[in-house]
Amino acid sequence: MSDIILETRDLTKHYGGVHALEGANFQIHKGEHVAIMGDNGAGKSTFVRQITAVEQRTRGEVIFDGKPVHFAGPIEAREAGIETVFQNLALADDLDVPSNLFLGREKVKFNLGPFSILDRKAMREATMAGLVKTGVKIPNIMNPIRNMSGGQRQCVAIARTAAFHSKLTIMDEPTAALGVQETAQVENIIKTLKEQGESLILISHNMRQVFDLMDRIVVFRRGRICANLNVRDTDPQDVVAYITGAKTGAEYADAV
Amino acid sequence: MSQNSHGIGGLTFDEKKKVRAPEWNVFFALILIVAIFEALGFMLQGQSFLFDSAGRFDSIFNEARLKIIILQVAIVGIIAIGSTQVIILGGIDLSPGSVVGLTAMVAMSFAQVAEVNGLANPKLMFDGIADLPVIAPLVVGILCGVLAGLVNGALIAYTKIPPFIATLGMMVTARGAAKWWSKGQPISFPTESYAAIGEGMNPVFIFIALAILFHLILTYTVYGKHTYAIGSNEQASRMSGINVERHKVLVYTIAATLAALAAVVLSSKNLTAQAGMGVMYELDAIAMTVIGGVSLSGGRGSIIGTVIGSLIFGVIISGFTFLKLDAYYQEMVKGAIIVGAVVLDQWRQTRASARL
Ligand SMILES: Nc1ncnc2c1ncn2[C@@H]1O[C@H](COP(=O)(O)OP(=O)(O)OP(=O)(O)O)[C@@H](O)[C@H]1O
Ligand SMILES: [Mg+2]
Repeated sequence: MSDIILETRDLTKHYGGVHALEGANFQIHKGEHVAIMGDNGAGKSTFVRQITAVEQRTRGEVIFDGKPVHFAGPIEAREAGIETVFQNLALADDLDVPSNLFLGREKVKFNLGPFSILDRKAMREATMAGLVKTGVKIPNIMNPIRNMSGGQRQCVAIARTAAFHSKLTIMDEPTAALGVQETAQVENIIKTLKEQGESLILISHNMRQVFDLMDRIVVFRRGRICANLNVRDTDPQDVVAYITGAKTGAEYADAV
Repeated sequence: MSQNSHGIGGLTFDEKKKVRAPEWNVFFALILIVAIFEALGFMLQGQSFLFDSAGRFDSIFNEARLKIIILQVAIVGIIAIGSTQVIILGGIDLSPGSVVGLTAMVAMSFAQVAEVNGLANPKLMFDGIADLPVIAPLVVGILCGVLAGLVNGALIAYTKIPPFIATLGMMVTARGAAKWWSKGQPISFPTESYAAIGEGMNPVFIFIALAILFHLILTYTVYGKHTYAIGSNEQASRMSGINVERHKVLVYTIAATLAALAAVVLSSKNLTAQAGMGVMYELDAIAMTVIGGVSLSGGRGSIIGTVIGSLIFGVIISGFTFLKLDAYYQEMVKGAIIVGAVVLDQWRQTRASARL
């Protein structure tokens, strides 16, 4: 039994002529926190979308928890244990916080198929309990998300993944739009996940954050992985060199 | 954490200063419109619109007119309950009027009596199919609705045709089928039990019962939650694991089934079915819905709003009759109401996004 929670082999995605992702070989171990870095348009989000089956890949393999997987969609990925905070948040603006937190997996009192009766009180209380841990401030969780600040919305999206135990959490630029305090809160959530031994893939442009929190950095450039660096053996200048293309990892020589 | 607070992180929130539910605004609009007609009534006709001016003691209201208003509204209102769900879902349904026509024809042909005044029913559609129990036309009628809705929903969900086009196709097709069914002949002479469905004030009771049922469903069930979620952000709903396609089929099917129920009530009330029944009902239903505060961009609105919206619609129409204005004016005004409601909706949207 290996301790690799997720592995991709030759994972590739073409959008028509656009080779957004090309031959990605990637591994993450149980309990490991790996950062994915790279310039805008480097293919980071595309990589995430193939793993979580938001889109169907052009070619390649995804091996999750020891088994090759072919999820039909994000819900199957989630049921298998991959929680994702997408870059474009995936919140329903007209719904309140509990409804968003439990979207697609509502707690029900009576199961009547699609007409199952919602357990609104249980969802409200679980939301309170879950959000208090993140330290986010929200005046009234029963208000529609629409009226909340970008940071509050982001925290709701992150709390959604943190509230449910998963084998692997993926966050696509979770702190991109956040203030200092909110960023600290998100980083706290990430630390908590680390303590709980949950694996995490974090996409981020924030060097400090990555060096503070992560174990390993994988750099994407023009759709290819071009470096795989241990945080202890590298420094920000080095990473920038890989991102911009000044340097390429020895084992990725073909990724020019 | 105090009992009435839903805030976290030390931010407080004053329950008493809660924003007024939008349904209240619709309700105030209703009061305002009634007041306007009252004023016009006194100025132009010298009599009250809704209140009893004959000086009777048993009632302060003009019951006859009130009854006419809600009876008029009830049947289209049943359709509007479906339109509300479709529009909250972020879609639109142009087919219910034609589904009414088709369902009325088909259901009525299974509700006919064998003999009229001792002679064989001259309008009998199918030889030997007469005097069936009332359950037969009901089931057949509902099946018509389910079928039309399944086709609408499947086209929209799986072939990604815009709802406007898919349901426009159904609107034309179902109307054609309604005419083809009896080669354009009206179908009449229903059984007593069928005629009982739409008798007297029954349409109103059926409308209210369905409104309550679907209000509860939209508020308290997963179905309702997902309807609002998809209308609010379809992509997010999909990523959250909601089976968006299946849900769309379900909502369009429910909407068409409600139209079929309206058809049963209407044909039973009129004791006859004609292929032209229900023409333009879809627009009236959409108008009621939009007046009731349901946003055409999806995600927002409620059955309560639509019910009040339907009353506003009914009051305006019968207000015009009361002021003895021509039917031509009524139609023109109807058009203006629909456009006006949409303009209002747009304006509410931009104001809402300006606040962000
Ligand atoms: N649906 C699509 N159709 C066509 N091209 C696409 C599509 N999605 C992404 N791309 C292209 O694929 C490339 C990779 O995009 P991706 O979103 O993965 O970048 P990213 O690394 O996440 O960038 P950022 O840091 O800005 O989020 C880009 O050139 C983008 O334009
Ligand atoms: Mg991205």
